[in-house]
This record gives sequence, structure tokens and C-alpha cells, in this order.
Amino acid sequence: MIGVELAKLVRRPRNWVSVALICALPLTVAIFVAVTHVVPPPGQGPTLLSAVLADGALFPAAALAIVLPIFLPVAVAVVAGDSIAGEASSGMLRYLLARPVGRTRLLVAKLISVIVYVLLAVVAVALTSFATGQLLFGSKPVVVTPSAGGITSSGVVANTLSGTALTPVEILIRTAGAVAFISVSMLGLAAIALFLSTLADSSLGAALGALAVLILSGVLVTLNSASAVAPYLPTKYWLAWVDFFRQPIIWHNIDRGFELQAVYVVVFLAAAWANFATKDVTS
Amino acid sequence: MIVTSDLTKRYGRVLAVDRVGLDVRDGDRYGFLGPNGSGKTTVVRMLLGLVYATSGTIEVLGQPVPRRVAQVLPKIGALVEGPSSYGHLSGRANLSLLDAAGPGRSGSRRARRRRIDEALERVGLGGVDDRAVRKYSLGMRQRLGLAAALLCEPRLLILDEPTNGLDPQGIREIRDLLTQLNANGTTVFLSSHQLSEVEQLCTRVGVVNRGRLVVQDDLAALRGPTGRVIVRSPDADRAAGLLDGRLASRAGDLIVVTNADPVALNAELVGAGLRISEIRPENRSLEDLVLAVTGAGSDRISGRKAPVPGAPEPGEVPAREALASQPLAREALAREPSSEREGP
Repeated sequence: MIGVELAKLVRRPRNWVSVALICALPLTVAIFVAVTHVVPPPGQGPTLLSAVLADGALFPAAALAIVLPIFLPVAVAVVAGDSIAGEASSGMLRYLLARPVGRTRLLVAKLISVIVYVLLAVVAVALTSFATGQLLFGSKPVVVTPSAGGITSSGVVANTLSGTALTPVEILIRTAGAVAFISVSMLGLAAIALFLSTLADSSLGAALGALAVLILSGVLVTLNSASAVAPYLPTKYWLAWVDFFRQPIIWHNIDRGFELQAVYVVVFLAAAWANFATKDVTS
Repeated sequence: MIVTSDLTKRYGRVLAVDRVGLDVRDGDRYGFLGPNGSGKTTVVRMLLGLVYATSGTIEVLGQPVPRRVAQVLPKIGALVEGPSSYGHLSGRANLSLLDAAGPGRSGSRRARRRRIDEALERVGLGGVDDRAVRKYSLGMRQRLGLAAALLCEPRLLILDEPTNGLDPQGIREIRDLLTQLNANGTTVFLSSHQLSEVEQLCTRVGVVNRGRLVVQDDLAALRGPTGRVIVRSPDADRAAGLLDGRLASRAGDLIVVTNADPVALNAELVGAGLRISEIRPENRSLEDLVLAVTGAGSDRISGRKAPVPGAPEPGEVPAREALASQPLAREALAREPSSEREGP
């Protein structure tokens, strides 16, 4: 069944279009920056973008920062929200279950297919932006901020000159870490969307529901009066991947981010399973 | 094959299926009839484990459903509420995905391709090209849905309106296919509101109305002779005079005679010098029976709600009384309605 779901994922033109669009956004930004050599002052605009003029090898990280807030979550919410509800609205859910495909097996296969999509999208962004960075900005040793700097993204860029230089291999490893962290960060959202997908009969409803959760979380994270719940919000540690680019890497928030996403994945998958396994399929 | 007892499904306050006791036997071509919204599809979904019953038990192929549904479903081909497919893929790709999704049906690549080709061939799509399914006609989609149901060489076919959207040739083709499959040992359970389809294909029928099974019997028994004889004659006026008192009704050159033996009646009329163009015993039609035991479908929303005082609403009439009130159906009651009969 997992193979079948992956085949469906790959054979769906829409998925490739969404990945292409996600990759196109950083490319657009890169072209503007390369042509004008004007970057946002450190601390403003996308994280690390001001550093890419110095070293193109940092562009994958900057590209991830560009797609992380909106493009990537929207695509993940759409794909994960479509997973069960899409089958329901196309009428294929009843035929799959009557084949038979066990409900748990179907859910697991859908989850794996969503995970593969997330990895595909994130890795595609990293690879295309690496190529873009090499082509447009070239590669020079880069200097990163010491960990004494703040944990905000502005801290990274503002103190670039005072940091130590990173070798290309180190940048590669750190970028891989960021890719892994961002992929996992998307999984919490994917689990929420998957759960909503078992509730709703329309994939649009499930995707919008997941995005509503995302936006609510984004608002509450910045709200001082909501600081009591902030550590438990799904987007709280999304930006912690920046810590991979500090010297040395600050693991605290990265670890917390992994843990928090794991909790979200477990809780919402359990809820999705409980709901789907006992649900009347009337679509 | 299928035995349900007291099968009940309640959606909130709506009682969709009410104590249904289906009895489909091995080798039957079973017609499951009822107006729209009478609960046919809900029953079908419960048989397939898609919808869980509120109470009652289901046994399909000797196994309890939904508890053992995973062992039952591989032997069942189903078409539920119209065919579905992934519109952006070709028919063959759709079947290949469905085939691969089934359990233990992997086999070699070649065996899988042959199975798919066979299924397509059987439903008359053998030469189908790589067009996406969304460009198919309704009839082609229907055939593709049937092909998907036939993929697993089923022992039991559960089909909901299988000839929907097909032209008359297509309907005939599918009927022949189902008859042939049935002759080879496949039990066919056909849910439909098209009486002619059921009348021409099925050996047994069950009629459901407002969630209740109101009739279940062999079609031949339900459709037996009424005892009346239909006579068509250019001399209808004289015949009517001759048969005065035995005449049930007359319309133009067509007269209906009560309690007659066609052979004796024919001799009598010819002996009297009348010309007869047609004489035959009258049979109950399935339509009369079904209309007698069911009311208007749930898709007919009447503006006024003023039932005749004392008269039960059509759908509420228990089968027995409804039949008794119908001259055509009265004789069916001489036989015990098998909705109350024990299964074999």
C-alpha cells in the first residue's frame, strides 16, 4: 500500500507543480539580489540573506528561511489535508477500503507519503538553491556569529564579522541539519492536517483548518500575554534551525523543537487513527 | 452468502435502516429494490464494512462483518454508488493502483497486467487507450468500475446501479456478463431502483422501504399468475357482452377476465364465433408489487402533509396488508412472505 501511495504521489502533476513553485520563490529572490547587489540590512528581511553575497554556499539556508513561513506550510497542509479527505471526495476511499485496504494501513501509507513529500520539497529547495547560490554568488569562506549573540536571527547576521569561518563541508553538514529540522517541523503540521483530513469530507476544509492552526500559533507566539502557552505552540521553535549556523551550534531550542514536533505528531496521529478507524465511510 | 438479522443503522435521530433481515443464498441473482433514500446504499455499505451497524448482525460468506471483514472483502467485488477513479490517470493505471492496493495480490508484473487486461476485456474496454479517466464517458466509467469489481475474481458481486449511464446495448451486455458470471458460480447482489433491470436479471428480490425490508422472495413466486386472463379481440364489444359478470376491466379491444382458464376461455370465445388476436394469462408485474409495498421515495417532498384520516401512510403499511389491499398481489400472500421465513 505504501508503494501505491508513493506511486500516486509521484504521478500527481499537482505535487510537482507545488514543489516547483516552492523552489521558484528563492530563485526569484536570488536573481533580484544578484542583479542589484542590494540586500536587506542585517536583522531585516529573510534570515541569512544578507550573508549570501559573501558566500553563495549559505544560500540554501537563506532559501529555506524564505519558504519556511508560508510557502512550505501551505503546500504541506494542502497535501496532508488532501490525503484522506481527497480520497473521500473523489469517491475512491470506499473502493480502497473495500479492496480491502485496512484503515490503519491506509493511514500509515498516507502519512509516509506525506513525509516523503515534505522531504522532497525541503530537499528540492536545498538542492536548487545550492545550485542557484553557486551560480549567482560563488563560494567563499564564510564567517558566522559566535554563540554569544542573541538567539534571534538578527544576531546571526549582525555579528558575522566577529564569528569564525566555516568550511564548505561544515556548511553542508549544518545545512543538512537545518533540512532535517525543518522537515520535522513540518511533520507536526502535517499530522494536524492529516487528523483534520479524517474529520472533513473536503480536502480544502482540512487544509484550511491546518493553516488556521498555523496562523493562530504564529500570532500567539508573538503575543506576550500568551507567553504561558508559547512553549507548546507548534510553530514556537520553527526558527530554531538558525542555531545550526552558530558557532558552536546551540542545541537547546533545536532539541526542544524536535521534542515538541514529536509530541504533536504522536498526539494527532493517534487522534487521526482513533477517528478514522471507527468512522462511518459515507462518502 | 449474506445473512443479516435485525440490522439497524441510526444516524443521529434518523433511522436509516430498521431491523433488516436479508437472506441471499449461494448462486442467487438477488435484486435489492427500493425507492431513493430507502436505505439500500446504507445496507450495502454495512455489508462492506464501510459503515458500522448500530445494532444487529451481518454475516457475509459465512464470516461476521465487520469483525472479519478483511477476510471477506478479497472475495467480493463491489460497485457502490457509482464508479470512482483518479481522473488524471488512465483506466489501466487506475486498475493497476487498485490491484496493487489489494492484499496478497501482488504476483509478477506480467500476471498483474494479464489480470487487468482480462477485467477490461470482460467489461468491453479491452481496447482502451491511455486517455485520462476524466475524459471518459459516463458509460465507460461505469464499465471501468465494473472492471475494478471483477479484478479479484469475486465469489460475490455487490453492485449498486451497475447499468447507470449505459446505453441499451451496454445494459444488455452487462446483463449478459452478470448472467454468465452467475452461471460460473458468482452470487450477484444487485441494488437498484430500476425495476426492469431487476426483473430481467434477478432470481430473487428484496424490497426495502423506509429502512425496512418489506418483501423478500423468489421473483417467480412474486410474479406468478393473477388468475385473470387478458384477451384482445376486434370483437371486444360482443365478447364483453358474452362475458358479462366475469369482466374485470376493459380498455378498447383489450378485456380482462376474472378467474378464467385461458384454454377454456379461448374455446368458449371462438365457439361463439369471436375473433381473438391475443389471449394470455395475466402475471403480476414487479412494478405493481413494488409500488404496492413502498410509498413515494424520500426525494419527493410533498408540500402538504395531510394523510387521509385512518389510512396509514403508504410507506408505513406492513407488507402483508399492503399486498392484501392489492388484487394483483393478493395471491402472493398465499405463500408465506419469506421476509419472515428462516434462512436455510
